[in-house]
Amino acid sequence: MTTTKKKISRRKFIVRTLLGGTGVILGTAYLARNPLRRELNKSLNAAEPPFMGNTDTPLVWFEITSDNKVRLHSPKVEMGQGTFTGLAQLAADELEVDVTQIEMVHAETITGNVDGMSTGGSTSIASLWQPLRELAATMREMLKLQAAKQMGLEVQALEVSNGVIASGSNSMTYGQVVDGVTEWEIPEIPALKDANDFKFIGKPVPRLDLTDKVVGTPMFGIDASMPDMLFGAVVRPSQIGAKFISADATEAHNMPGVVRVVEEEDFIGVVAHTMIEAENAKKVIKVEWQTERNWSTQDIEDLIKVGNGDPMVIQKTGNAKKILEDQESNDNGDIITAEFKSPIGAHAQLEPNGAVAFVESDKATIMISTQVVSFTRKEVAERLGFDEEQVNVIPTYLGGGFGRRLHTPNAVQAALMSKAVGKPVKCFFDRKEEFQNDTFRPPTHHLLKAKLDSNGMIEAFEHNVSSGDVMYGSPLVPGFVEPILGSDIGAWRGGMIQYGAIPNFRAVSWRVKLPFATSWWRSLGLLANTFAIESFLDELALKNGKNPVEFRLQQIQNDKAGDRLRKVIEAAADKANYTDEVVNGIAMGFAASTDAGTPCAHVAEVSIENKQIKVHKVTCSIDPGIAVNPDQVKAQCEGSIIMGISASMFERMYVEEGQLRPIIYGPYQMALMRHAPKDIDVIILENNDKPGAVGEPPLGPIGAAIANAVFRLTSQRLREMPLQLA
Amino acid sequence: MAQLFQMKPPTKMNISFKINGKAHSVDTDGDAPLLWVIRDVLDLKGTKFGCGKAACGACTIHVDGEAVRSCSFAAKFAEGKEITTIEGLGNAENPHPVQQAWIEEIVPQCGYCQPGFMMATAALIDKNPSPTDEDIDDNIINICRCGTYYRMRKAIHRAAELKNSTTSNS
Repeated sequence: MTTTKKKISRRKFIVRTLLGGTGVILGTAYLARNPLRRELNKSLNAAEPPFMGNTDTPLVWFEITSDNKVRLHSPKVEMGQGTFTGLAQLAADELEVDVTQIEMVHAETITGNVDGMSTGGSTSIASLWQPLRELAATMREMLKLQAAKQMGLEVQALEVSNGVIASGSNSMTYGQVVDGVTEWEIPEIPALKDANDFKFIGKPVPRLDLTDKVVGTPMFGIDASMPDMLFGAVVRPSQIGAKFISADATEAHNMPGVVRVVEEEDFIGVVAHTMIEAENAKKVIKVEWQTERNWSTQDIEDLIKVGNGDPMVIQKTGNAKKILEDQESNDNGDIITAEFKSPIGAHAQLEPNGAVAFVESDKATIMISTQVVSFTRKEVAERLGFDEEQVNVIPTYLGGGFGRRLHTPNAVQAALMSKAVGKPVKCFFDRKEEFQNDTFRPPTHHLLKAKLDSNGMIEAFEHNVSSGDVMYGSPLVPGFVEPILGSDIGAWRGGMIQYGAIPNFRAVSWRVKLPFATSWWRSLGLLANTFAIESFLDELALKNGKNPVEFRLQQIQNDKAGDRLRKVIEAAADKANYTDEVVNGIAMGFAASTDAGTPCAHVAEVSIENKQIKVHKVTCSIDPGIAVNPDQVKAQCEGSIIMGISASMFERMYVEEGQLRPIIYGPYQMALMRHAPKDIDVIILENNDKPGAVGEPPLGPIGAAIANAVFRLTSQRLREMPLQLA
Repeated sequence: MAQLFQMKPPTKMNISFKINGKAHSVDTDGDAPLLWVIRDVLDLKGTKFGCGKAACGACTIHVDGEAVRSCSFAAKFAEGKEITTIEGLGNAENPHPVQQAWIEEIVPQCGYCQPGFMMATAALIDKNPSPTDEDIDDNIINICRCGTYYRMRKAIHRAAELKNSTTSNS
């Protein structure tokens, strides 16, 4: 066996490493006025995301302990999506250990296993499918080479199972093999297992963090502590666009427990012995903020309108524009138009943002729940004037991610306060601050147009979406990317037409700048864009009395993506026994979407009870390619459906007196137990040769599926989220 | 300008209570929420902070068997009480029926809100050994952002079943 080190090939799109979300281009992408833009968009939209972390050596990934456990240092963080379990399954199959022998831990940046990308965009399993199995297989061969040396045998004579290397009655555990070894031979990457030989991949392995999470032991960011730790509190503005001018902290200095008031160029905070003392002292700091104007919801709605801002054609096939502008067709009423809207959405994850930081003379330690481990390290290092290697970021479990932690600047604030007092400092948002300083899902406005042919099929279709920024404006995305990309890929995620057999279609994205931060929110534009497009398709189907499932199937193109979408649509409709009839007061609504290469379809069964929309059952069909863990794929579908019900039926931030409101759960209405369907039936199809996105695609169709059911019950076409009956 | 000031002692009172079967006596600000005494003084981190206004239920504990949202429960009211947190409900070797049911149904995702839900559920099935779906809807009103309600409902029914079978066996 040769032992030349072979690197796993990596693609060289530097910008790709900075982004949290991806989408997929269907039909003809029309983004390309210059080749760079075309290439960049293609890369950003890949349904096959590259992994941008360390694949040079298995040794930064795997730590084998003397009790024969394998500790896997994961550069991807666990925020509920089950990635720890999926990654362990990938590794276990090639390492030849039982999946329960693997202990998943978050890789501290000091270990060197740093991922240039975020954890987000439903990419973790997809991007690590090949590299992690190759790393694990290489590690297994390294162990065999080492064992052969120690046992005085030929490698070929060794068999491996459950972390034990054996030849006849001679055997050594991995734990015994690694004892005292400081130099390793790294062989070429061995051939990977055939799918038929998988022991763990494809099996519903219970989450590895299950028992810990049930007995309450996992450490989230807010649970982190360091010896001798103090507590910080930072004054944060309530007004949109408020700029920090100056502060008077005279009173705060004298409050009980206060150690120090810390004033920086962009914030003022106070450090005290307990969190309550810090919070109390913070309340008496008088800050002068400068605001330019008092924004209102109406102001925001006036901004978010198709026709405002910068348009960008994101998809074009045939000649939809010309057909839909035809005056004669317009006069005859042959052109059908519709508008849809979605509100500002809050992440509302239960664990607020914050960090524990300890800055010493030549190093800094940060404990934090974040989706951007390496970016957080960079931000802290830059602000402290350290090299990145001097900053160790220790990720914890996340009490929800959903895109909220794709920028976690709390780390910098905690670090500056720690530097000021020379002790570890913990500093978190309170709930009001979390609601008002969120990086919201942007509101959207959609204008749809279509013309049907003489058979009632779509001849031309156009989707215009106006949205605040998702990716643009984020500190993660350097400004130079914007003119290259031309449009905000996050805002139009799900905004393209997935029915490629429509002869003429076009999608246009309108960029609007809002006065507050908007950003990634699980599935980005997918929920709102699918709500608009799939509601409109329902209208078009009913126009000529067509079955909405058949209507969709007839307009799917014949290629691989089309075949996968067709099968997903058929599976959901068949399993739910889809019917257009209202039976016992319950109607079905149908919708489908394709996101990051994963098609998904929902049938929602809905009734009206006490003038409220009630979702009884959702049948969901999804094709993630390969389901590495079918139980967790189901869990992600169930969670997406319920989060989607919450967002499309209840949630709405508004702007009043220049502030984003509400500031607390309850007034920010969300789905509770009583609103969750009592039945969710998930069908998993596997029509690809590798795993794709799972965590976000099932959010796409839910709003439209519910609205389409409501139309069958009430003849009301609901055109605005949150869905409310007239 | 940052300045270092001498710390002043905050107004403290002594509060004695039992937590997870163990007697404790703490000197603390009596008006401080019990949540922070549990988390930061007693270092029991399983009980979570979500909102501080009793609106989400992440901090649910039992005080004399009643489900209480500890972020809005002043520490001084804990005097002489028996408190149970998730750490006292059960453990990996000996899970409470609610925890056992949660494991069987693979409920948690991010897991942050789950202790609060399990504490609320344990209190519910103590009072109502066989809750109906409607009972669950009316009583389990915590917030889960990952959307685990579907599995949670199944787990609540299962927990009631498990608890009833242990009770009838003993």
